[in-house]
Amino acid sequence: MRHIISILLENEPGALSRVVGLFSQRNFNIETLNVAPTEDPSLSRLTVTTVGDDRVIEQITKHLNKLIDVVKLVDLTEGNHIERELMLVKVKALGAARDEVKRTADIFRAQIVDVTPSVYTVQITGDAGKLDAFVQAMAPIGILEVARTGVSGIARGDKLLSL
Amino acid sequence: MELLSGADMIARFLKDEGVERIYGYPGGAALHIYDALFRQDSVQHILVRHEQAATHAADGYARASGKPGVVLVTSGPGATNAVTGIATAYMDSIPMVVLCGQVASHLIGEDAFQETDIVGVTRPVVKHSFSIRHPSEIPEVLKKAFYLASTGRPGPVVVDIPKDMTAPTERYEYVYPKKVKIRSYNPVTRGHSGQIKKAVDMMLKARRPVFYTGGGIVTGRASEALTDLVHRLGFPITTTLMGIGGYPQGDQQSLGWLGMHGSYEANMAMHHADLIVAIGARFDDRVTNNTSKFCPTAKIVHVDIDPSSISKTVRADVPIVGAAGSVIDEMISLVQDREASNAEALGEWWKSIEGWRAEREGKLYEPSKPGEALKPQEVIEAVYRATRGEAFVTTDVGQHQMFAAQYYKFAKPNRFITSGGLGTMGFGFPAAMGIKLSYPQDDVVCFTGEGSFQMMMQELSTCKQFDVGVKIVNLNNQSLGMVRQWQDLNYKSRHAHSYMESLPDFAKLIEAYGFTAIKVTTFDELEPALERAFADTNELVFLDIYVDPFEHVYPMQVPLGSMRDMLLSKTERT
Ligand SMILES: Cc1ncc(C[n+]2csc(CCOP(=O)(O)OP(=O)(O)O)c2C)c(N)n1
Ligand SMILES: [Mg+2]
Repeated sequence: MRHIISILLENEPGALSRVVGLFSQRNFNIETLNVAPTEDPSLSRLTVTTVGDDRVIEQITKHLNKLIDVVKLVDLTEGNHIERELMLVKVKALGAARDEVKRTADIFRAQIVDVTPSVYTVQITGDAGKLDAFVQAMAPIGILEVARTGVSGIARGDKLLSL
Repeated sequence: MELLSGADMIARFLKDEGVERIYGYPGGAALHIYDALFRQDSVQHILVRHEQAATHAADGYARASGKPGVVLVTSGPGATNAVTGIATAYMDSIPMVVLCGQVASHLIGEDAFQETDIVGVTRPVVKHSFSIRHPSEIPEVLKKAFYLASTGRPGPVVVDIPKDMTAPTERYEYVYPKKVKIRSYNPVTRGHSGQIKKAVDMMLKARRPVFYTGGGIVTGRASEALTDLVHRLGFPITTTLMGIGGYPQGDQQSLGWLGMHGSYEANMAMHHADLIVAIGARFDDRVTNNTSKFCPTAKIVHVDIDPSSISKTVRADVPIVGAAGSVIDEMISLVQDREASNAEALGEWWKSIEGWRAEREGKLYEPSKPGEALKPQEVIEAVYRATRGEAFVTTDVGQHQMFAAQYYKFAKPNRFITSGGLGTMGFGFPAAMGIKLSYPQDDVVCFTGEGSFQMMMQELSTCKQFDVGVKIVNLNNQSLGMVRQWQDLNYKSRHAHSYMESLPDFAKLIEAYGFTAIKVTTFDELEPALERAFADTNELVFLDIYVDPFEHVYPMQVPLGSMRDMLLSKTERT
């Protein structure tokens, strides 16, 4: 099963490499990885999506918790949560395709954020499934480049991942 | 307020932390630190002849004393030479602090002379690592390093120290930090009481229980409590290789150690058990054999300080995260005022176990006949007698290691010192050196093989410089015996590179360093040689003992089998 694990990490040099290293060292898989500072400058938030059975996920969270730089973590998939990813896509936009891209973007509530005579750059946010569907829809028109941020997420309601 | 340079802070910190001795080797990036060591006399520096030996010596000391071993090496090759020893300590959860010189901060990343990203290189084999970014943070970082290395599940910690951090001209305030806090690190100590109660309920009802305990008992200083609990319950107990001595081996309830080369009765008891109480052990593949056939009828209670050890390879029915000593104490208090309902079943269980014991009694190996080559097993037994079972014993890796574990009986913890997890040839001799320096009154014996010894024999020079009187027992079978055993069993005796061709004349080699060597080839020579060797505790003596090159280690679990599937000799199997 796919899991989304969010981690509060000490904002220290080398901390990220310990997390990434752990995954390769122990043969765990990383589907997406997203990391940025939080409102507390001493902490980064790192979100990783991974696939594994219960035993593997249990090992992943235990080993992550063992890293000294990991302050706290949560497996968001254990509860209700919001999952978002942002994608920028460059699509060929010539002739009839120009309208087609625009129409499809509207259907997906995506925005065209940059325009040239031959290329549209489209920005879209959503869960990973929506982004995949958008890529599929655009593929026949001609995708030139894709940049995805990887999944970020947060629990619904009052639940917090904080110190 | 006291102003010190980074280098002087390091020397001062070591003193304030109570470190008496460190092991190391100098080089450019570490020279400010070496100069600081030169100008003080609280901390003794032992100059080894290879940085790997520094780590093994520190490791040996740590295993014997329970305190962190300390290593100092220079950048680049000095640090990379230490990696094997760091990995060895990591695999066996040994507290160690490794101080590595590094090129000056402004050179990092430029492929400067002797620059290696040692934090990167060692990342998978350390508990944690630090890079010093300002001299003023040295006391606190070092305190954190010692704290992390020696608490929770212990392990090695690397501290990378760029040369400019120790410059003699830059001085900052030094205060010894008595305590540190790391917000993301709170090792548990007490186990969950509800879980412990559940475990005790199961123990009091079990019909065929076995204790299976590991290195966590030794590191957690829990052997007395364990012995008490095991005696109260009357259960059989087996330990891992790392747990040897955690329970007295001469005791009636001890089945010896288990696993690949464990005792017949221990492996049989495990296989037939209905309850396994694992404490401070990690169900590693050299213990469990094929996990899908592991102990088919047993429920499993697993106590460990490291949650990631629990249910890693074998699912625990009752997981308990906690320090061995505190959990055992709590178990004792619960057992105290409860009646066991399983006395009769236990009696039956012991009958089965006695049966297994009797089956192998007197059949463990065939002693040598007059005129034949000595058996390695009888050599270990003779050394056991000569030292009254009281020596610190280190081993290298191979057949001799397994024989030492099987035939030297340990009554106390911290006495059997071996590289169990990584299986590092070359470990034994420098580890013995590290122990002897701190335990000068005790006999320290290193059982080695001619293959292993040649990996670290340069340390004879260190022993000469610091007058280290270890006893080296070379079980010379003229081959990489353990490799050859596997080739006999799995490759139709095609002995690809398992011979030690061109063996040196060990006696001459030892004598070149000014030490005594005794060559032994017959049984009659053995006892007198041992008497001579152990006459003076402080004299280094090398015994070059020629043993049967064809001997195998048995029992040996059959690959992919269950615990009870064992070869018992070259001709018998279960
Ligand atoms: C550094 C290292 N290299 C290789 C091995 C693989 N290995 C395990 S046992 C062994 C043979 C050891 O020979 P020796 O020291 O003579 O001991 P014996 O088995 O003959 O008693 C080897 C090569 C190892 N454990 N460590
Ligand atoms: Mg050999």
